[in-house]
Order: sequence, then C-alpha cells, then structure tokens
Amino acid sequence: MSNMHLTDYLAKDAVNAPVRKGFGTGLKKVGELDENVVALCADLTESTQVHLFKNEFPDRFFEVGIAEQNLVTVASGLAVAGKIPFASSYAAFNPGRNWEQIKSTISLNNVPVKIVGSHAGLYTGPDGATHQMLEDIAIMRVMPNMVVIVPCDNVEAEKATLAMAKDARPNYLRLAREASPILTTDKTPFEIGKAYVFEPGEDITIIATGTMTYQALKAAEMLYKDGISAEVVHVPTIKPLDAVTILQSVTKTGAVITIEEAQIVGGLGGAVAELLSEHHPTAMRRMGMKDCYGESGNPPELLEHFGLTAKHISITAHSLLTALGRH
Amino acid sequence: MLAKKYTISELEKKAVVIRKEIIKMLENAGSGHSAGPMGLADIFTAFYFDILRHNPKKPDWDERDYLILSNGHCVPVRYAAMAEAGYFDKKELSTLRKLGSRLQGHPERTRLAGLESTSGPLGCGLSQAIGIALALRLNKQHHRWVYVVMGDGELDEGNIWEAAMMAPRHGLHNIIGVIDRNNIQIDGPTESVMPLEDLKAKWEAFGWYVLETDGNNIESFIDTCAMARAIVEKPVMIIAHTIPGKGVDFMEYDFAWHGMPPNHEQAKEALHELRTLQGKIRSEHE
Repeated sequence: MSNMHLTDYLAKDAVNAPVRKGFGTGLKKVGELDENVVALCADLTESTQVHLFKNEFPDRFFEVGIAEQNLVTVASGLAVAGKIPFASSYAAFNPGRNWEQIKSTISLNNVPVKIVGSHAGLYTGPDGATHQMLEDIAIMRVMPNMVVIVPCDNVEAEKATLAMAKDARPNYLRLAREASPILTTDKTPFEIGKAYVFEPGEDITIIATGTMTYQALKAAEMLYKDGISAEVVHVPTIKPLDAVTILQSVTKTGAVITIEEAQIVGGLGGAVAELLSEHHPTAMRRMGMKDCYGESGNPPELLEHFGLTAKHISITAHSLLTALGRH
Repeated sequence: MLAKKYTISELEKKAVVIRKEIIKMLENAGSGHSAGPMGLADIFTAFYFDILRHNPKKPDWDERDYLILSNGHCVPVRYAAMAEAGYFDKKELSTLRKLGSRLQGHPERTRLAGLESTSGPLGCGLSQAIGIALALRLNKQHHRWVYVVMGDGELDEGNIWEAAMMAPRHGLHNIIGVIDRNNIQIDGPTESVMPLEDLKAKWEAFGWYVLETDGNNIESFIDTCAMARAIVEKPVMIIAHTIPGKGVDFMEYDFAWHGMPPNHEQAKEALHELRTLQGKIRSEHE
C-alpha cells in the first residue's frame, strides 16, 4: 500500500465526480484568497464550472462570447496589467483553436494566464471526434514557459487550481467532463512539477495521467493477482516532468508502460520516451490514442474500443514482460 | 510625466529625426518593414512627446498610460521614438534585428521595458488592450488610458472583430484605438486584397465612436486624441489616414516597400530627402 492517503477507490460504493467540478470549486476558493484572480469564459460558463466564480465575483468575471482567440488575448492583457486570469472553454477550442495567440501573447510574453481546457479527451464521449481534444498535451507541452497539468480527479483538480493561482508561469489545466472515480483525498500530496507513486511495486512501472490513473491502479490490482508487482506512478504535471521520480521507478523495475487519454505522439508517452531514451533507455509500451481520432460513443465503450482500460493495461504488461523474458 | 510641452514645429522636427533613425536602422538590419514605420512616425512622435503619460526613466511607472502596438512589424518607429524620448541610448538602435539585441524584429515585452506587449502575429492588440482596460477599471484607475495602434491590413484578422464586439459589450471607454489607414498590405492595396470599406460604418455598426484624422498631421492627431478622451459613451476608434513611406518620395504610396528595407544607395537618397524635407530646403548642410 502507498502512503498517499488515497480513497478506497476499488470499493463498490466508491464515489464518482467530474474532474472539472474540482476546478469550479477551486476557482471560487482562489477568488476568495486573491482579489487579483479574474475569470473569462467563452459561452460555456456553467459546463466549465466557472459559474461558481461568476456568481460570487460578478465584477471579476468577463464573458467573451464564442470567441476563443479573443478569450486568451484579453486574458494576456489582464495578466500584463497584474491580474491572474483563468481563461476557460472546451479544450477542443482552447487551446485547440487559439494556439498561436497562446504562444505569442502568453507563452512568449511569459504572463501568468491560466488556460483551462475542459471536456478534454475521450471522456467527452457522444459529441464525437471534433470535440474530443486528444492533441492538447502535445501542443501545450511543446511551448517554452508553459506548465501542463492533468489532474486525476476532482479533488486533485481543486488542489491544482489553488496551486496555479500562486504559480507565476503560464499554465494549462486539462479537465475531463464525465464523472470518474475519486482517488485522492485532502491528505494526498499535490505540488506542481511532482509525480507520485500511488502504488509501489517492483516488476513494472505504469505511468499514468488524468483519468487513466484509475485504470492503472485497477490494472495493478489485477496484475497483483497474477503475481506481478506493478508500480503506479501518477503524473499530474506533464511539464515540467518529474524526472527524478520516474527514473527512480524505472531504474528499479526495468519495464515501463505509459497510459493517457490523449495522443501518444507528443503526449505523456512522448514525454516519458524522450526522458528515458536520453537518461535510461528502457523497454517501453505507450498506451493511448495511437495516431487516430476518436468517435461518438459512451466513455466506457470508447475506452474499451480504443484499448484504454485496466484489462488492456494488464494484457500489455504481461506481453511486455514476456518479451523481456521475465515471465 | 511630461517634462516639456513641445510646440508643433518642434514635434515636426522630432518626427523627421525619427524617420531618419528608421531608415538607418532598417538599412543596417538588412531586413524589415519600411512603409508602415515611416507612415507612423508622426503618430508615434505625437504619442511619446505629447499625448502619453509616461516616464522614460521609469518604464513601469504605475500611473502611465498604455500604448499597445498591434502590428508589431512597425516596431522600428516605436524603438526610434523611445530612444528619442530617452528610454535607452540611441546607439542601441543599430542593434535592431541582431543577435542578442533587446530590439527584436517584432517587439517582445520581456526583452525591453516599455513595450507593454509582445506582438507580430496580427490581430491580437485590440484584445490585449481590452484586457488591460478591464484591469484598470477593476483597479479604479480611471485616469489612465489604453491606446492601441493597429494596421489596416491587420483588420482582415477575425480576432480583431471578436475584440470589436467585446469592448462595447463591457462598456469600455478607456480604450482609444488607432487604425493606421495607409491602404497597403503585402500583396497590394487593401481594397484589392480584401476590401475594408466602408470601414467607418463597420466600426460604428460594432458599437464604436469613430473619428477620422490626417495621421501625418501631428497637430490634427493630437487634437483628435483629445476629443477621443472626451467621448465616454463608447470606445473610440480613430481612423488615421497616413501615407505609407511618408517623407521619402520613392517609398510613398508604394506597397512594394511594405516589407522591404532600403539598401545603402536607397538609404542615402532617403536620408538626403529627409534632411532637405523632400527638396523644400535647397541648401543642404551636413
């Protein structure tokens, strides 16, 4: 067992909640703590949970309409003048549509705008491929100065929001729409730039982010029953990547799987592969979206269809260890 | 902070100095844009030596007005005006576009104090001005103004019209926009590349109060900005008609000079013209 103060997430009565809810409650809290915090939204105030802030601080909320390029460039101006703006919309449009504006006026300009992309990943479900943002980790991670955060549940999303308000850098926060299991508690540590061993193990490292951390923990349980001790490293900050924690784990286990609800090209899988290939080349499998788009369906169906469940992780772990002759 | 009130004739002389510096900078850099900065020299002279509340010795003075340059490729005129105003030594102008320089080809706020924004990719300045204006209003700093200079070709960008809708929606009257209406862009005249007219009617339809002025007449531009500050019912957009390449005969009105620097011979001829005020002064003294 880990010392991470996790919930009893495998219990039958485990609680589910949308990750984005934690952002909404966190934003309201930072609004109370710091009067320089302001929020902007592009006609999606309630579904991105910004209404909680808006209702409390109407003077510090700015509606921009369906105009994501304007959303982030206005936020840039607010930040230049000393504010801490949280600019929210769906990830498909923010940062999907306004990447260049983010690069020039926020990242290169190096101002503390907090870009919040809700409804990211396959969990957007029935809306289909246009609305399933799978490339955001890659396109945000490539920008100098940018911090990329992908919380695993609503509790961690709230902590991340509180930490972002104090962070002087531009940040991107990736949020999922549908309810997912709550894994962490108030006592679970969270710091920007840190990865955490949620389940210690010896034989293989499973590195996960966002909603996939739950699948990784479930897979570790399945593998344990098969006599394999899997270590689950949860990576809520994809940039800057916690190289120390990852290298420590991988040096010990000698085998690694990454899993994300995003494109493996340039995503968490890409980030870990870059790190390991330079510092500790290790047998590796990257799980996630493999250079393809999603489609309509319910999130559980989509996870099954694209091979992103605990069962698929378990199968991949077995095959990787077999390939290494360690089975 | 305005240490000195300049006469119009003194300002006109400063504009000539700024134009000469632009020519020298661009020749030295070997790349960059000529027509826009030359056309904007009178407007930037008016800003830095009359209109703006600013302090060259304290660029982050918390009582200053903001001046956003949206069409970042015109930044040589801003660098020249800032140097003339005392933000930095004029010698540094020769570093434009060179490795290690604070004077990047397109302006970067983090490299040079006083720039206020990072720009170059077009269409973002008005939105940034809106963000600053909202922050000033939240801070109850009603005496500070946000000026934003845009190119006319830049108005092809959709981002501009998103911002155009937003400023009136939020009742911002601390923004004064300036469109450099010089009628050229890289591929040719604006009206043949992508027609902008009826430009005044467009901005009025979007909820702005529109003023028009001669952007190469310093006195007229200063008066127009004074009037803009008196209008509180709407945000104000000033359409400033300018001549691209103003001050050098062979550059004026020619869109070919939009994105081209002068070579050595052309620079020499241009500087001669500027010294003699396009032939109006017959006896030239070096």
